[in-house]
Amino acid sequence: MTDMSAAEPGPEQPDAGDSVIVTRALTKRYRGGQLAVDGLDLTVPAGSVFGFLGPNGSGKTTTIRMLMGLIEPTSGTARVLGRPMPRATRTVLPQVGALIEGPALYGFLSGRDNLLRYDAGDPTADPRTRRQRIAAALDRVGLTAAAGKKARAYSLGMKQRLGLAAALLQPRRLLVLDEPTNGLDPQGMREIRSLIRELASDGTTVFLSSHLLDEIEQVCTHAAVMAQGRLITQGAVGDLAAGMRGRLVVTTPDTADAARVLKEQGAGDVVVTEDQVTAEPPDRDLADLNAALVTAGVRVRGFGVERPSLEDAFVALTGEGFDVAG
Amino acid sequence: MSQAELTRPASVLWTFGLLRNELRTTLRRWRTLALLGVLAAVPVLVGVAVKIETGDGGSVGGGGGEGPAFISQITNNGLFLVFTALAATLPFFLPMAIGVVAGDAIAGEANAGTLRYLLVAPAGRTRLLLTKYATTMAFCLLATLVVAVSALTVGALLFPLGDLTTISGTQISFTEGLGRALLIALIVAASLTGVAALGLFVSTLTNSGIAAMATTVGLLITIQILDQIPQLDALQPYFFSHYWLSFADLMRDPIYWDDLVKNLGLQALYAGVFGSAAWARFTAKDITA
Ligand SMILES: Nc1ncnc2c1ncn2[C@@H]1O[C@H](COP(=O)(O)OP(=O)(O)OP(=O)(O)O)[C@@H](O)[C@H]1O
Ligand SMILES: [Mg+2]
Repeated sequence: MTDMSAAEPGPEQPDAGDSVIVTRALTKRYRGGQLAVDGLDLTVPAGSVFGFLGPNGSGKTTTIRMLMGLIEPTSGTARVLGRPMPRATRTVLPQVGALIEGPALYGFLSGRDNLLRYDAGDPTADPRTRRQRIAAALDRVGLTAAAGKKARAYSLGMKQRLGLAAALLQPRRLLVLDEPTNGLDPQGMREIRSLIRELASDGTTVFLSSHLLDEIEQVCTHAAVMAQGRLITQGAVGDLAAGMRGRLVVTTPDTADAARVLKEQGAGDVVVTEDQVTAEPPDRDLADLNAALVTAGVRVRGFGVERPSLEDAFVALTGEGFDVAG
Repeated sequence: MSQAELTRPASVLWTFGLLRNELRTTLRRWRTLALLGVLAAVPVLVGVAVKIETGDGGSVGGGGGEGPAFISQITNNGLFLVFTALAATLPFFLPMAIGVVAGDAIAGEANAGTLRYLLVAPAGRTRLLLTKYATTMAFCLLATLVVAVSALTVGALLFPLGDLTTISGTQISFTEGLGRALLIALIVAASLTGVAALGLFVSTLTNSGIAAMATTVGLLITIQILDQIPQLDALQPYFFSHYWLSFADLMRDPIYWDDLVKNLGLQALYAGVFGSAAWARFTAKDITA
């Protein structure tokens, strides 16, 4: 054996040691001049279910295209599984399953034949196990019964499932799923979520883009938030929401009294709705607050701190709604 | 699952799985079958027309200069229908069929979005392009053989078969005639490799399969027209279709090779130039469709 080190990438950056995706100052300006991704520094830890969140047009798909070597970055670098993209597509991509911007199928081929074709596209896929792996993938997404049907006769949700099956043709170290639940019925969404959890528990890192906040909240361990091509924040989902304090919610018929007491106790931003009073909780034991309310004769029917949702986090971070930028 | 298990080495043979799949997929498109059907019908039409016209014992194209090459000989020997049919389809029907298949090769996949999934499979851009070109060449051969076999069948059914007279006036046996017919079919198929490369290059320029097909066929027609304009005779030797009909020289005795070699050289030049251009374009292209 000759010295292999020449073919290997250089030593990895210390912070990238255990990361599946690392981008540094990744930037893409499309030929039309549209700056779609702007200086993105993304770090996706191994084994995470990573939610990639942002409104329409914020650059999620563009980032994924760069990670998959489909488009060349204008500047900056992207490493996937420790190797530079798009240079290392041949070694990296066989270990990556991807669903990008919805499924794309050959309408005149059956679902099974579509998978046969995509699997034949991978030169590292063993043709001897092809049939068997395809059957397993079809089974995993619940398409076994419809596998012989022409793909043009598939419903949107069935196409989406077949696209997922294509991503699952081999054991993967990384799954990149661009809005995987698009077009699925609620039952299908649940199935996909449990599939993602199952894959994650096998050790597959899942990179999941979505503009559905609750989807991310339900399955993701980590998340990044994009807006207008820039990264707003990234980190563990718990930390993201924890960065924001929850709101104190008191349910009571005596809203006026409750609001007065809360203000006296130092709560800020008191808002009265029909039978609820919400406020920024003060820096003190909430039990005392509750006692004060009861002492003042407020009939407290509910008392608690509402966990901030990612949507709240998003609005707080971007200072704007979850809208498409012009 | 260990990393070693996932980065297993590929067998060299596995790499051809894509080519096998591509050939099968191409043949399963109804469009391919329709093109082959049209090509198979041409010899039938020519054969039946000749049969009807000569039903009274006369001969077609008596002057010898009329109609496609060899047509006047068909009534004596059905094998000549093969040469006539190839001469009749080579200027337009055959290259049009190739233009459709080649033009659609990359652009059609881009249009359907399947290109991105082939590339993340990962099919590899160079491998995919080579696969597409090989498939287009295989289609050239298949299309030519469909014309030849259809012509041979119709010729055998409608006309007598036997020894034949070459353009030079010598006699050759029927078996040798069959051999020449096969050689001619191979040369005709090879004559189409230039159009195939041109079509493939056009296919890398756009994300619309229809646009690529139309452009390729449009270029084909334009070149055919320009090839008829005497003022352009300085340029004409560089038109990919200029020496196409030289395949008739295979029916001389001895075979006259000059134009045949020029034709093959020109096809190789086109394949080299446009193949490289297609590769340069496709390997550097942003795939956003
Ligand atoms: N092929 C392209 N050429 C030019 N501009 C593009 C192209 N694709 C996307 N863009 C632009 O780049 C920006 C980011 O688009 P991108 O598709 O990455 O957004 P996204 O976050 O995936 O949105 P969505 O949630 O709608 O899928 C948008 O402003 C879009 O208009
Ligand atoms: Mg998108």
